[in-house]
Amino acid sequence: MAETKKNLEKTQVPDTSVAERTKDRVVFTPAVDILEDANNLYIYADMPGADDKGVNISLENDVLTIEAQVGEVSFDKHSTTYSEYGIGDYHRAFTLNEAFERDRIEAKMKNGVLSIVLPKAEAVKTRSIPIKAG
Amino acid sequence: MITIARPSWRWDPWREIDRMQQEVSSIFPLPKPRRVANFPPLNIHSGDEDVIITSEIPGIDPADVELTVTGDTLSIKGTRKPHEVKEGETWHRRERGSGDFFRTVQLPFNVDAGKVQAEYVNGVLRIVLPRAEADKPRKISVTPGN
Repeated sequence: MAETKKNLEKTQVPDTSVAERTKDRVVFTPAVDILEDANNLYIYADMPGADDKGVNISLENDVLTIEAQVGEVSFDKHSTTYSEYGIGDYHRAFTLNEAFERDRIEAKMKNGVLSIVLPKAEAVKTRSIPIKAG
Repeated sequence: MITIARPSWRWDPWREIDRMQQEVSSIFPLPKPRRVANFPPLNIHSGDEDVIITSEIPGIDPADVELTVTGDTLSIKGTRKPHEVKEGETWHRRERGSGDFFRTVQLPFNVDAGKVQAEYVNGVLRIVLPRAEADKPRKISVTPGN
């Protein structure tokens, strides 16, 4: 990883930021890329191990919450002799400071990366105002 | 000969330099050595017949990963492409890493390279490396002598 050396390791969610879960499981904060253009907000989150069925996205009171459940990985005849990463669920929430069209939000899960496209509401889209020559 | 009585403390220029250095470095702290994390992270699960290696590499094209097995060494090589910023896009956050990666793992035994299987599901690479037949332990029965 020559280009960017940041966030190569998974970060565990600090205990204080989320309410405790009923299931005793490790929860990780997924690394995200967030971009914006004139029409949409794009969120990409790395959640290896999670599939489309385990992902839960909710938008409530301008808070977008991303959650993913990862299935248990078990080995019958093998013992884990060396480990560099832990397996657990994912959780992250963002406060959105713009209005989005809730019904048109699209999300897709591919190769462990969640992509969300949030279309901006018509009212907040930036409009260029033509200036008439006087 | 005249001797000048010296005060009990002496002005030590070196100590003065040390003190200045400490003051300067407290204003401009030197970067602390960071623990370089390995990418992609690996988990190794060993069995009698084979070794299973899993690795979290989200968002790559499986065609961009190259696996090579020589004797008891496995190499993983690949590229994680950065997001191509289109016209009019601006970053809010950029946390996901990108670039080339290369890792080599030494396995506990020689591997039958022809039988190695690898699959990429949900961003997790899983490699099954069977032990070479010639490398398996053999039971040698002891025949009683006369």
